Amino acid sequence: MSSSAYSPVLRRLVALLPAGRVLTGPAQLAAYESDGLTAFHARPLAVVVPETQEETIAVVRFCHAEKLPFVARGSGTSLSGGSLPVPDGIVIALNRLNRLVRLDPAQRVAVVEPGIVNLAVTAAAQPHGLHFAPDPSSQPVCTIGGNVAFNAGGAHCLKYGMTSNHVLGLKAVLATGEVVEFGGPSREQIGPDWTGLFVGNEGLFGVALEVTLQLLPRAECFHTVLAGYATLEQAGDAVAAVVASGLLPGAIEIMEKLALEAATAAVHAEYPPGCEAVLIVELEGPREVVAVERGRLEEILAASQPVEIRPARDAAERMAIWKGRKSAFSAVGRLSPDFIVQDGVVPRRRLGEALRKINTWSREMGIRCANVFHAGDGNLHPLILYDGRVDGALQQAEELAGRILRMCVEMGGSITGEHGIGVEKRDYLGVMFAPEEVDLLRRLRAAHDPFGLANPGKMFPESSAPALAQSGLHPLEKSGVISRE
Amino acid sequence: MSSPCQPATLAELAEAVRSAPRVIAVGAGTKPRLAQIAGSCMRISTAKLTGFIEYEPSEFTFTALAGTPVREIAAILAERGQYLPFDPMLGEAGATLGGTVAAGVNGPGRWRYGGLRDFILGVRFVDGAGRVLRMGGKVVKNAAGFDLPKFFVGSAGRFGVLGEISFKVFPRPAATRTLRLRAADDAARVQILTAGAAARWELDAIDAALDEPAVYARLAGPEPALGGLAAEILGRFPGEELPPDEARERWRAVGEFAWAPPGGSLVKLVITPLQLPEVAAWVRVQEGARAWCSAGGNVVYVARPAGAAWPASPWPGLRLRGDGELWLGPRRSYAVQEAVKATLDPEKRFPGLEE
Ligand SMILES: Cc1cc2nc3c(=O)[nH]c(=O)nc-3n(C[C@H](O)[C@H](O)[C@H](O)COP(=O)(O)OP(=O)(O)OC[C@H]3O[C@@H](n4cnc5c(N)ncnc54)[C@H](O)[C@@H]3O)c2cc1C
Repeated sequence: MSSSAYSPVLRRLVALLPAGRVLTGPAQLAAYESDGLTAFHARPLAVVVPETQEETIAVVRFCHAEKLPFVARGSGTSLSGGSLPVPDGIVIALNRLNRLVRLDPAQRVAVVEPGIVNLAVTAAAQPHGLHFAPDPSSQPVCTIGGNVAFNAGGAHCLKYGMTSNHVLGLKAVLATGEVVEFGGPSREQIGPDWTGLFVGNEGLFGVALEVTLQLLPRAECFHTVLAGYATLEQAGDAVAAVVASGLLPGAIEIMEKLALEAATAAVHAEYPPGCEAVLIVELEGPREVVAVERGRLEEILAASQPVEIRPARDAAERMAIWKGRKSAFSAVGRLSPDFIVQDGVVPRRRLGEALRKINTWSREMGIRCANVFHAGDGNLHPLILYDGRVDGALQQAEELAGRILRMCVEMGGSITGEHGIGVEKRDYLGVMFAPEEVDLLRRLRAAHDPFGLANPGKMFPESSAPALAQSGLHPLEKSGVISRE
Repeated sequence: MSSPCQPATLAELAEAVRSAPRVIAVGAGTKPRLAQIAGSCMRISTAKLTGFIEYEPSEFTFTALAGTPVREIAAILAERGQYLPFDPMLGEAGATLGGTVAAGVNGPGRWRYGGLRDFILGVRFVDGAGRVLRMGGKVVKNAAGFDLPKFFVGSAGRFGVLGEISFKVFPRPAATRTLRLRAADDAARVQILTAGAAARWELDAIDAALDEPAVYARLAGPEPALGGLAAEILGRFPGEELPPDEARERWRAVGEFAWAPPGGSLVKLVITPLQLPEVAAWVRVQEGARAWCSAGGNVVYVARPAGAAWPASPWPGLRLRGDGELWLGPRRSYAVQEAVKATLDPEKRFPGLEE
């Protein structure tokens, strides 16, 4: 498109930046219309692809001056519609703002730009025996900027925490155009934790430009055990027994029958026959510690009435267990044209009860639902299957999702453990928080973004609903690059 | 009914906040500089806001009122084989949970799994308008809403009064061992700190003494595993294992700042491990100064006798005790910080960060 065809505001935007930074062609925009929550789509006015921090700052200041809404975007893998564009605004795509600014192996710190891919940080750190702990299943593609905005998790949160626990400092341009730097390379800090407040803002405060990450030494030794159970309750009881024993495993995961079948079909995973549920427990640490703890774990699991226990005998068997686990959701997704992943949290002791309810509702409503989840921290991930071509099916699926979210809050948990509220769960913010608390969240947002320009329409309940579309797997999942957790 | 300055419930706490134009919360006064405000400012004591609201050992979580002494919390957690892994400081001196969060001071154990910011889950607090508000959650994992609980760590009572706080806890390791490793000079200290951080041992704590040629390393885990690990460390760095009594006393002294001259001033400086030699040199030229380096070389506590003048600090710092400015060293300030202050405390009932 020649620049004369641009609207005046786009012309001014184009003039601000080096050539080629602003995309407006319909085919170019199409790639940005949705994120990992494919049920929603919206076409932005334009997509800006800045290559430097200065360009990014200039774009945000431009948006502020022009009152132009913007949505920061990493790889667009958000499962809650967090990076869904706004129709009257622009997308700031940060994939080219992706330098590793500094790697300091001696002090175990990496300073990165937000467009760098999660796994690329670990790849850079690996030669020094280090890694970046947060490991969302989307880690081969999702960006640190997206992880920071959503406080992303993974399979190791009980022991190592979420993204926020590994962010030591950051530089950002707020929606007001103000450039701020919080925290720094030290693991200790003084004063209010401004870094901590920024992480998890869901793109509503501004755009992260540079992030200081702590790196951890890779554990020397792993011991991974897969145990099959005839009932889900037994698997749940085994989790309780492991937790009560004083062990602190790196990961405790459960997969239910439908997920087991799907993983078997998709990646030829093998599970003990006759099991309703499989438990995966992974110990890690210095070899002397793991040697003691594995004995203890085996005793506990042996007493938990398993159908079968299969400890991984070597690295290859361990990888196979994780491959089955990490592919489970995409595998289940292949059973159905469409699906929604929920992400609520319940107190661990109520996991069994929560799953029973989900299964009852799913039977009553005739909606298939597969459960694969982070049992160690009570983080459910029910995968609700539906066919978007059938009238009312999406609404039915959303109805079930809503029941699950309300149940999580009633049990004293949370509506989201790691995927964020985004567009998808914004109507449930008020289920978890009282009106004056939702109001406080709004006012905190306004302190960072008085005009509501950064990622509007997300997190907070609003009257206008975004456009719904019907579609299936995320394009990256279809191509097998990533899988859902 | 208790006096307005000693509320016993959250409703009374809110009333106390509304009752005066300027207020500041105080716990046990173990970090008195934080609440030492010039001019008239009503002090709200959390002394009667004590006790557990809930404790679910199977969930690894508890919620307690802000005035609860951390010593009591540690004792109750210990009965169930659990602990707060960041070794809350000044427990014997009576430090409260709320004061610990507001000061943002972690003990040596923060080295392994993180500090207050990594274990806090939720808060119920009173804002400057006297409203009781809840943020965060009570479960170990939660990403809903902005992370105000983390923000309150180190907030020094300037943005709200903490009423109730939820934390994640961990199972307590069955055994510990403490090694004193010889460090002839600061270069050796740095070498041991960084090597210890990178090694396979997964140290529980690693602190450096600055007026003794030593680095203290602590192992924690199942007893049968620790002997081999200790032997390997001592094979790499000469030193000795401390007998249990001596080890306990060593960490008690660290946790209570027992090495600091009584009645003097005490400052927390934020550093990185490689800055330690420079910081140590800065400390040594100051008369009567003593210092302890904790958290693997990420923090140095410096104490000086009362009345001693402090040179400008090249490192960011917070004064916990003694007279003088609250914040030391280089500082950055932004318009958004004023805006957040105005959001939580529109009438400026709490002192500003600079007071
Ligand atoms: C197959 C699959 C598996 C997944 N598994 C997990 C999992 O295990 N755990 C988990 O937590 N999540 C998981 N997710 C969700 C998703 O990958 C994470 O939320 C991730 O952090 C998003 O990163 P992204 O780069 O794709 O961000 P995007 O989706 O592009 O953006 C996410 C949010 O971040 C904001 N944002 C992006 N960059 C910036 C920036 N620089 N500054 C400010 N805001 C910014 C956006 O506005 C948006 O609100 C999964 C998703 C998929 C599709």
